[in-house]
Amino acid sequence: MRLTINGKEETVSDVVNIADLLKIRGIETPEMVSVELNSEILNRVDFETTQLKENDQIEFLFFMGGGQTRG
Amino acid sequence: MELNEEQIHRYSRHLILADVGIEGQQKILEAKVLVIGAGGLGSPILYYLAAAGVGTIGIVDGDVVDMTNLQRQIVHFTSDIDRTKVQSAKEKINLLNPDVQVHIREERVEADNALEIISGYDFIVDGTDNFAAKYLINDACIITKKPYSHAGILRFNGQTMTVLPGESACLRCIFPEPPPPDAVPTCSQAGVLGVLAGVLGTLQATETLKYILGKGDLLANRLQTFDALKMEFRNLKIKKRVECPVCGESPQITSLIDYEQTVCDLKL
Ligand SMILES: [Zn+2]
Repeated sequence: MRLTINGKEETVSDVVNIADLLKIRGIETPEMVSVELNSEILNRVDFETTQLKENDQIEFLFFMGGGQTRG
Repeated sequence: MELNEEQIHRYSRHLILADVGIEGQQKILEAKVLVIGAGGLGSPILYYLAAAGVGTIGIVDGDVVDMTNLQRQIVHFTSDIDRTKVQSAKEKINLLNPDVQVHIREERVEADNALEIISGYDFIVDGTDNFAAKYLINDACIITKKPYSHAGILRFNGQTMTVLPGESACLRCIFPEPPPPDAVPTCSQAGVLGVLAGVLGTLQATETLKYILGKGDLLANRLQTFDALKMEFRNLKIKKRVECPVCGESPQITSLIDYEQTVCDLKL
């Protein structure tokens, strides 16, 4: 299946839903990611049930601003 | 406010810009901007806003300068270690541009002081480094309808967005809730290349000045991301969500929440 992920066209196999995609992309901390599918932000609870289809556009948006270091 | 001779000199490169001019410079001199966090992002924000002549700059920060700050927090010098960040920053601004009135508050933004702290300012800049403060600032700005600039930096990446309450997407439209504290393993791989603060903070200062001037297209409904390793800027379209917990049609969040702050201890 051809998908556009973070602006780059990629071909992926064995991917049915968003949760699968997070897994094969090696994203270890899905809690730190929001997913935009065809310009709509998905609810986290829908990651497993949102089916992907040919030519979908996906953006992974990462939380930034944690990891404050105390020297 | 009439510009005096010295100001005509100082701001001459603004005055010859068609989109600034005397009228724009007067707007800048009359503007009141609050910068929350006098750290990595706050440093370039404060320097550029002060140099541009923003008439009133508020600075909020409860920390003192630490040796580990100096790698990226360029408003503080080695001789400032152990001084309060607000004092150190105020001193630099005063030296850079005596036109600027600096109001400092040596404290953290919290649920019980945030609304009062941001009141009286035209534009708020989030230069903080933790989720608790970022959500607090977002919610406080949405509740009181203050435009603000959000940014975050981590490792070699950064992102920023300008929020116009009621008009554009907010932080919770993208990330409805902060990540659970135990899901921030990024602490173990945290750290940031110092210049990221410079790149993102400078973008925030740019947005602030555009807002004051009323010129150009603000970074609203867009998230600007920067990847320093790939040297790639991306501009993602973001939509305001009707189900957003704070700016949506039926918001569940109507007062401020203090979240637990994740702090990493650096073990060397
Ligand atoms: Zn929102």
